Amino acid sequence: MNLALKDIRHNLGRFVLTTIGVGMLLMVVMGMAGIYRGVVEDATLLIDRIGTDLWVVQHDTRGPFAEVSRVPASLVHRVRAVPGVRDSREFVYHTIQRERDGKPFRMAVLGLSWPSDKGDWVPLIAGRPLAQNHFEMIADVSLGVRLDERLSFGKETYRVVGITRNMISSGGDGIAFFTVVDAEAIQFDSSGEAVRLERAARKGRGERSEIGTKQPSLVEQAAKPSGELPAIARPQISAVMVQVAPGTSVEQVAATISGWSDVSVHTRSEQAEFLLKGSVDKARRQLGLFRVLLTLIAAIIMALILYTLTLEKIHSIALLQLIGARKPVILGLILQQALMLGFGGYAIAYLLGQRLFPLFPRRVIVTGDDLLQLAVIVLAISFASSVLGIWKALLVKPNEALS
Amino acid sequence: MNESPAIEVIDLTKVYGSGNTEVVAMRNASMTVRRGEVVALLGPSGSGKSTFLTAVGLINPPTSGRIRIGGHQVLDGPLAQANLTAFRRQHVGFVFQKSNLIPFLNARENVQIALELNDSSPRAARQRALELLEELGVRDRSENLPSMLSGGQQQRVAVARALANQPSILLADEPTAALDSGNGRQVMELFARLAHEHGTGVIVVTHDQRALSVFDTIYEMEDGILNLQPKEAVV
Repeated sequence: MNLALKDIRHNLGRFVLTTIGVGMLLMVVMGMAGIYRGVVEDATLLIDRIGTDLWVVQHDTRGPFAEVSRVPASLVHRVRAVPGVRDSREFVYHTIQRERDGKPFRMAVLGLSWPSDKGDWVPLIAGRPLAQNHFEMIADVSLGVRLDERLSFGKETYRVVGITRNMISSGGDGIAFFTVVDAEAIQFDSSGEAVRLERAARKGRGERSEIGTKQPSLVEQAAKPSGELPAIARPQISAVMVQVAPGTSVEQVAATISGWSDVSVHTRSEQAEFLLKGSVDKARRQLGLFRVLLTLIAAIIMALILYTLTLEKIHSIALLQLIGARKPVILGLILQQALMLGFGGYAIAYLLGQRLFPLFPRRVIVTGDDLLQLAVIVLAISFASSVLGIWKALLVKPNEALS
Repeated sequence: MNESPAIEVIDLTKVYGSGNTEVVAMRNASMTVRRGEVVALLGPSGSGKSTFLTAVGLINPPTSGRIRIGGHQVLDGPLAQANLTAFRRQHVGFVFQKSNLIPFLNARENVQIALELNDSSPRAARQRALELLEELGVRDRSENLPSMLSGGQQQRVAVARALANQPSILLADEPTAALDSGNGRQVMELFARLAHEHGTGVIVVTHDQRALSVFDTIYEMEDGILNLQPKEAVV
């Protein structure tokens, strides 16, 4: 006869409610691990998906995912000339926040090097890659935009031609893909008044300088649009992506480029590591600490529940001892209830998590390894939390049944 | 059939505390109960009845004296001569005033558990439990939890459980205290009938003077001293 089951049957409603409570607590523990996995996955996903071999970035910086990086757009041509380089592309990446329907609208803007890169590598769930150099975009589904929807950024309007999924920045914002030119236009957009003021300022500086006095035509030139002035550089890009030719050593190409004193070069794995050891690392440690704390809290709560359940059974335990129950029978009663509580809670945590985690604003990725690890933790805390109840049960004497 | 007495208690003494705080709860108590004999133990509160009962029930060993149950030497002073838990399971049955039953087990399971603890198979234990409940007239309540049974029915189930392993001795502590006089007398008569039918020695601690006629022997305890009382003088 299984006494643990019989006792649970007697107080079924309360046991179910308690198990649901423990389950919800374990779901949070499970969710913490999932959020951590999601943060890591989101951080490295873009680097993995782009799949480039090398990143050439501003000198002494860790690249566009870790900090601001600015390199001249012409660098892409210089890199392409390095022996062993099959292809080099511009990379523009920045985060913007606008307002949409009265709510903040954040997105990471990523420039694709048109026409060599039309976003064919972006996994689409609807629509198509970019088909023209301007005014088209591919958006992550988390941004909440629809196919064919038109969005205005700066002075231009962009049509959503493709929808992708799980393309998230390390900050958790959905990514939108534009051509590099459009991405720069969004980044460096200025109002008409700001442009006119800048031209007037340029003209004023020219008039006040000696060269302006000697060559008045230069002052006239200064008032023209900046794109027409050779003295003003094109907008800078974030990095240059390098694809190494088959059969060529990535390290060899990296060694060549690292000899240039104006830029730094990093491999794909280094980029991923910078992310994981940078901003993501703090989030990871924070989540880890929360997870440990929640696990301890779950263990303490379970211990108190089992202790209370044992206290309620003191008379029955004494009675069982009086009629000759061996100690393993009593211990089994408490331990089995601890395991039922633990694994019932675990099952509830899993089932609830399956339904609730997809509703979280950031991805929650629960892997098989994490589930197994939590199962082991639940097993351990079930044993540990039953110790208090077992200790109390062992103190019970048979003659307490007579009182 | 084993002709040895159900229980022999020789010179039991129980002392609590020591020095200035020493209290002698029971002094040189001796009793022999034959198989099938029903013994009443009378006495005022604090006279040592419960001390005697817990000592012979192998729950609270005496300071000195000997106990033989079913011909087996079990206790010699405070020293156990056998595994007391196992011996209690196999040879001693208990019935008390109230709260006799495990609340989360139904009537059948309360009897069945005593059999299973004594290594009966669940199937055989279930069958035997139902037979005992039938014998005690509560078979129709076998699937009811204790909370759904009357006081008298609960005591019958408790008696069934106490008899489950065919013990040498059955100890009952105020078994009728929570019952009305009709039910109380029925329970006492039940003890007498079962003792005679099963060959079990029964010791009943009671204050209830109304049902003393069912007992074969009557003892009285006062200030820790056990005295045999002539039945005619008490009833």
